[in-house]
Amino acid sequence: MTVDYVIRRIGIFLLVVWAAASINFFIPKLAPGQDPILGALLEATQDGGLAGDAMLDIADQYRAKYGLDQPLYIQYVRYLGDLAVLDLGVSFVSFSSVRDIILARLPWTIGLLGTATLMGFIFGSFLGAFIGWPYSPRFLQKFIVPSFMFSAVPPYLMGLVLVWLLAVTFDVLPFGGGYQRGVIPGWDFEFIMSILKHAALPAMALVVTDLGVRALVMRGTILSLFGEDYIRHAENRGLKSWRIFTWYGVRNALLPQLTWVALSLGSVAGGAIVVEAVFAYPGLGTALLAAIQGFDFPVVFGIVFLIILSIAVMTLLLDLIYPLIDPRIAYGKKS
Amino acid sequence: MTVTVIQQRSVVARKRLVNWMKYLAAHRMLLAGLLVILGLALIGPIGSFFVDVETSRPLSEWPGESPTLEYPLGTDTQGRNLFAVLVAGLPLTLRVAFLAGSLGLIIGTVLGFTAGYVGGVVDTVIRTASDVLITIPTLMVLVVVAVSIKGLLSVEMMAIAIALLAWMGPARVIRAQVLTLREKGYVAVSRASGMNDIEIMYKELLPNMLPFLAASFVNAVIIAVLSSVGLQALGLGPTDAPTMGMTIHWALEFGAVLAGMWWWWIPPLTVIVVLFMGLYLIATGLDEIANPRIGNSS
Repeated sequence: MTVDYVIRRIGIFLLVVWAAASINFFIPKLAPGQDPILGALLEATQDGGLAGDAMLDIADQYRAKYGLDQPLYIQYVRYLGDLAVLDLGVSFVSFSSVRDIILARLPWTIGLLGTATLMGFIFGSFLGAFIGWPYSPRFLQKFIVPSFMFSAVPPYLMGLVLVWLLAVTFDVLPFGGGYQRGVIPGWDFEFIMSILKHAALPAMALVVTDLGVRALVMRGTILSLFGEDYIRHAENRGLKSWRIFTWYGVRNALLPQLTWVALSLGSVAGGAIVVEAVFAYPGLGTALLAAIQGFDFPVVFGIVFLIILSIAVMTLLLDLIYPLIDPRIAYGKKS
Repeated sequence: MTVTVIQQRSVVARKRLVNWMKYLAAHRMLLAGLLVILGLALIGPIGSFFVDVETSRPLSEWPGESPTLEYPLGTDTQGRNLFAVLVAGLPLTLRVAFLAGSLGLIIGTVLGFTAGYVGGVVDTVIRTASDVLITIPTLMVLVVVAVSIKGLLSVEMMAIAIALLAWMGPARVIRAQVLTLREKGYVAVSRASGMNDIEIMYKELLPNMLPFLAASFVNAVIIAVLSSVGLQALGLGPTDAPTMGMTIHWALEFGAVLAGMWWWWIPPLTVIVVLFMGLYLIATGLDEIANPRIGNSS
């Protein structure tokens, strides 16, 4: 791994963060006829209270307070400065700091998404390897059809089907929320069981769909590996086929598999956000849905920025780890 | 002289058609996928003979009816005839997807060609831009756009917004292809015979990349469906259009799943899943053509 490669990757990471910040800053400004301050005040008048002309003065006061009377580039620089210290502003609805709102929701999302992605990766990779391996049992190879079908279903739609089957029709698992109402949060058995039970359906929706995608990719890699000379050679040397499968096949196929994970992080996160919203799971997705419905701009932009930031960090880490575990490719050379 | 040329041309054209048919027959995945998409595309035009599309608006029918002969897919809580919703909405969903996919492919093709062929600083800029944008999830940017204009997103605007974020895949594939193809002998021959760069790009290189172009088009369409339906499920789609994603949103909003109104959400869900399967079948089929090694070993 050359220094050039690392520098380039970090440069790209910084550009991603800057692009995400700029999207949040400029797109709302480009939208026609939007004045969030006047809009909020107008809404307040509907509830009764404020007089017409005085309202414009109040709006001016607020603009001065938030620096919105300054030229655009000063606002932009200030905005970037605030973001650099992760100051995401204040919610229009609850008036608490957006950072606090996000921090409260974050553990739920990380727990759900982290577990689901990991499980999908492990099970999917092994399933795919067995589907692709010419010597695996026939019934395992048949799994190509369900993996193909599951990979075609967006996770939030899979979630609807699972709710209908397991929560409505058979009533085995609870639906909605993060834990049972009335259970007091704490590190005891009842609370943890309640959390696991409530996470089961959204996690299943994510795992099953992710598993399908991973299995298909893994199958493709394994299939192409088993045409390689070194596998032929290993077979001719009389190595046990199980050993060829694990040590020569799967081990090499896991590397491209990781690149695929890095490439699909965005769609996985996007899908998970909608899954959370569908299940009213107390993570970022549900907070985003509520903020969208209440036109709570700072919260929406804060969550969007955080999601892009975390995907950028994950991609950066994977890209930096990848050359370390794959010595075959020399990075940093011009392709 | 000219007559023989024209005859030869028509023979060539016929041969090409036959070749394509053979291609499709040999690649059954591709054929199946194309048939699935064709079938979905026909639901709209054919269905409109059997149902008044206007009844896809709220308050047109008695609300919350389960399926009957008169309303084959029932009605929803807001009084939409759900069969009419399917007939009117599916073409809209397909339009967003294919419009966004085509625009993304066009932008990606032009940028990918330019990057691969011109090289140098232009290549670096385009490559860096695509590296940056590929990390940013389309859905998140769409959320910002849609919230900023307070959900006044039309079907076309949605397609354009998606297309601006769907060009990176095609651009990368095409750039890589240009880099390998440009070293081939026939490019040197065309240059020696006086063709300019643009002619070489579009007359010599482009036809050789059709399978790759088709595959990246399908991928762009998949991204478009995934992000547009996701956006709509969050309630940020065109609220006045009965697209499949919006139907799912209303079903969620009114608790159709918990209320046991399966006829409300199962049809749009099925249609979306079938659409994805068709697209994946096409993508896999095209992949077999573009990368024959995978096809041979299976």
